This record gives sequence, C-alpha cells and structure tokens, in this order.
Amino acid sequence: MSGQLSYLGVPLTRPKVGFFELSSCEGCQLQLLNNEATLLDFLNLVEIVNFREGMSERSDTYDIAFVEGSVTRQDEITRLTEIRKNAKILVALGSCACFGGVNQLKNRFRDLEWVKKEVYGDFPIDTMEVHPLADFVQVDLSIFGCPIKKEEVERIVTDLVLGKAVHHPEYPVCVECKANQNICLFELGEPCLGPVTRAGCDAWCTSNRRGCWGCRGPAEAANLKQLEEIMHTYGFNKEAVIDRLECFGGFASYAHTTLPQNKKTPIKRKKS
Amino acid sequence: MIFKVFKKEELARLHELLAVNIIVGPVSKGNDRNGKPLYDFDVTYDFNELALDYTQTVHSPKRFVLPYHETLSTFSITRDGWKKHVDLNVYRPLVFFGMHACDINALNKLDLVLAQSTYPNPYYMGKRKNLFIIGMGCNPEPQCFCRSMGTDSVLHGFDLFLTDLGGKYFAEILSATAFDLLTQLTCQDPSAKDLALYKHATKEKSKRYTATVDTSDLTKILDLEFESTAWDAWGEKCLSCGTCANVCPTCYCYGVDEHVDPDLKHASKIKSLHSCNLIDFAKVAGGHNFRPTSASRLKYRYYHKHRGFVEAFEESLCVGCGRCGAACLADITPPEVIASVRGKE
Repeated sequence: MSGQLSYLGVPLTRPKVGFFELSSCEGCQLQLLNNEATLLDFLNLVEIVNFREGMSERSDTYDIAFVEGSVTRQDEITRLTEIRKNAKILVALGSCACFGGVNQLKNRFRDLEWVKKEVYGDFPIDTMEVHPLADFVQVDLSIFGCPIKKEEVERIVTDLVLGKAVHHPEYPVCVECKANQNICLFELGEPCLGPVTRAGCDAWCTSNRRGCWGCRGPAEAANLKQLEEIMHTYGFNKEAVIDRLECFGGFASYAHTTLPQNKKTPIKRKKS
Repeated sequence: MIFKVFKKEELARLHELLAVNIIVGPVSKGNDRNGKPLYDFDVTYDFNELALDYTQTVHSPKRFVLPYHETLSTFSITRDGWKKHVDLNVYRPLVFFGMHACDINALNKLDLVLAQSTYPNPYYMGKRKNLFIIGMGCNPEPQCFCRSMGTDSVLHGFDLFLTDLGGKYFAEILSATAFDLLTQLTCQDPSAKDLALYKHATKEKSKRYTATVDTSDLTKILDLEFESTAWDAWGEKCLSCGTCANVCPTCYCYGVDEHVDPDLKHASKIKSLHSCNLIDFAKVAGGHNFRPTSASRLKYRYYHKHRGFVEAFEESLCVGCGRCGAACLADITPPEVIASVRGKE
C-alpha cells in the first residue's frame, strides 16, 4: 500500500477494513486471498487491520467489517455485537452470514439436544440454533454465495471506495446460464434452483453441468410455487425440492412453510 | 434472383472454399432427457461437424451479432485525465453455414432497429455487414408458427439459400460473393424436374405446420384486451427469468454497466442483454418500478413484439420460431398466450 488513492484526480479515502469469522469454513475469506492476479490491487484499495487468515496484526479500529459465518454459540453474539459497535459498515460475507448457510441445516430438527449428542457425544460444547447475522445486529450489506465470488467482492469493494451505489442482480441465475449458452439442466434431466436463485455467480455451477442449490438465496421475483410445479413435471419429488431449498438457508422460511411437518420432525437416519 | 442446382457432394467443396473464414453452423449437442436430439450454433472447424438436417437450435444465432456481454469502450485513467478506446469487436468475416428462414428473418428485423434507424448501432452493423449467410430449408417442428408470422420463407438478408431436393441442393443466389463462389462448384441451371422437386419440397414443408397464431387485427385486439385477466393468469406462472428473451432471435433490449478496475487505472462500459420480464427492467433512479408485477412485464413483452413493433415497422418483431415457448419451464407459449388473450371472439 502506498500513496494517496485517487480516481480521475479526486482523492479517495482508503477504508480500514477488518475480516472476521463466526461459525464457518472460512472459505469465503480464502477466496479473496486466492485471487492472486488482482490481490495487490485489492490490497491497495483498503487498509486491512484484521484478517486472521492472512496476517498476525490485530486492531479494533476499522470502518468496514466483513463478517463470515453464522451465529451458533452464545459467545458469538457478544463478539458480533462488539464488531458492530466498532464498524461503520457491517458486511455479511457469504451465505452463512446472510442466511445461516449449510450450518442452519440442523435447525430442521426438533430436538437440538439430540443433534448435539449425535455430533459431539458427551463432549461439553456450547451450541445453539443457527442464526444469520441480521438476527442480532444491523447488516448494512450482504454479499451472497457459498463461497462468495471474488470478482464480485472486488467490484463491491471498489464501488464502496469510489462511493458508488452497490447493486446486486435482482434476476435469477437463468439469465447468466443462458448467456453462457448452456442447455437447460431440466431438459437434461437434472433438478435446478436456477429459476428462483439470485444471479451474480455467472451460473458457476450450472455452466459446469451441476444443478443450482440456491446458495445465493432467492431472486427478487422468485416464483417458488411455479418452481415446485416444474420440479413435479420433470419428475422430481417434493423431498428433492425441499432438500435443495433448505440447503443454504436462503429459502429456509419458504421450505418450512411448504412442508410444515418437515420442520422439526425427528429425523429418519439414512443408512449408509 | 438467380437459381442453380448442384449435387450434394459439392457442399463440402463450398465449405472448403469458405474455410479461410470463421464458420458458424448448427452442431449436435447431444440428447435431452427424452432422447430428443439437441442442436446449437457454434464455431465449426470441419464440414462433418455440421448437422445440416438439424431441427432447431436451442439458442438463436443472435449472439454472433448481439453478444450477451459486449465491451463498448474501455478507459485508461491517469492522474491528469483519461483516454477512451472503442473497439467494435469485429475482426474477421463470419460465415453462417445453414441458417433457417426464421433466423434470417430475425436478423432482417433486427436490422430495422439497429441498422436502418436514425441512429444505427455501429457494434451491430460491424458484425452484421461482415456476415456471409448460407440459408437452409427446414423441417417445421411442433412449436414452429413462423407461417402465421409470414416468416417461413425469406426474401432477403442472405447470400445463398439452399433447399434439399434429395440428391441435390436447389440454390437461390442473392449476392455477387455467393455467385462467384458457385462458379467454383459444378452447378447447373434447374431443370423442369428440379423445379417440380422444389415445389414438392415446399408443399411437403407446408403440411408439417401444426402451431398457429391468429394475427388478424392483433394490434387492435391487444389494445382492447389491455386489462384482460388472461395476463394475470400467465403472470402467475411466469418465473421472471428472462429465458424467453435470451433464446429469442429478435430480443435486443440491454443495459449498460460501468466498471472500474480495482487498480483504479482502468474502467469499462459493458453492455449486457436484458429482458423485459426481469424484475428490474423498468426500475428507475429513486427505486420506482414501473412494472412491479410479472403479469405486467410479460404483457409488455407481447405488446412490444406484436403491437408496438407492428405500428412502427408494419411487421411483427416475432418470427414464430417458438424457441421461447420451448425453453419456458412454465410452458408459456405465444400461440397459447395470444389465443387466451383473444378469448372467444
């Protein structure tokens, strides 16, 4: 990092930025470090004061806090509240922070004590129902995806530094999938949440012939009732639909209303 | 127009003569879940890759003249100022080998807006002017309603149009380039028998049409049925996913985004095709959305195709290829939508 930042001769402030993680795989932060081609430019845009995955120094003075992960422990609520107090802008980074992510799959079980015992045995551990950040603090900006798309984060951070409004695509993945000249996965016999999931990933999965699992959550005009009908027409049962809708938590409220009996039903374990 | 016939074997020779250029044509893309063959337009490198007896491609050929994403300009930014660089993204002529009449008609319709209007679009013009198009007769599919739209045959907008007469191709020659090329093949003038075969082929093609759209007085009926409840019913099914527009050979609506690179030294203006069915299509500064419901968005797509464009250009913007209906997961097809809006007359 060097010198004063400027664009078209207008001086810009280099924001102090902190990266934090709650319950998560930390894969979203890793995505940012992975982007070696533009890493130096990205690092020049901001002053990183907290990034456990990338540096040892720590500071509690920052303008923007990027928080990855969901809240699954009491102490994480305290930590998150503290981060919120320190930051001018709090960004939910990735699907866990935005919707609870894969972690929130456990919320579908009625008896969380039983879940804890299944996973951790008698090991004493503090764990509770999984929550997105917005259940406890005000979230100023959400960056969707599991993992986040680094190009998108770079665009968003560049826009923040420039003072531009940050926009997410409001339309579903189908738009980007068609632009990539893909043949619809439904026609090839695979289920897909592309028609209802928010775009911005450049149809990452579907372009590699993997049906969408909805990691970016619902598009603005998601027609889930119609999607259910389509899944049925193409021969996929309700369970397959709910499985996908529940996976990342973006559609959790809908998945639960569609199958009320599904929420908090003691599980039938699949025999391996 | 000049007519010639040549033996089928000669076509490979024609491909060879054109192979110094980029050749785009219909290629096989495997089968769908029911075993039905799928085709799409792609760059080809070998005559044998071409699937000239293709039914219909999943996507239209428009991306070769209207890319989904196109950089309109890039900017180099220095401390004291900036420089703009414009590239029309045309590098070499493009040969279209085997385009059906509907798709050629679609290009002709795009020309009306993008090439022949008051402000021609140089990005489109550059690519369109550099096309060499070999048309190819088709076998209508169940979703094809081009006959209703008057686009089942094409009168201009191509260089050469071929019709399969069994062992021979019947060639309609429309450009000097095509004529010069054919002088390098062994061609004959069509005999009385060839003409009979040609007429037979067109008659056989006519028999295959099943889908129809009643276009009589359609602009007026659409005006009268603006408040029809039929729109709401279709709107309820619509996924607002824009797939209809993305596979459509004539949908040309777009948005432009300005990107600044993270190094703050480069920026670009990128045009991306958009669709009137997408929720933010009519969203304006300040956040107001003029078409917040999917029913209103779907309706205006039909109004643009079948009413507004007709009033402006005396012809519909739809070529009846049926791709939108075939690609729509919610089974929304123009013949059904228009029939429901017309109702019982």
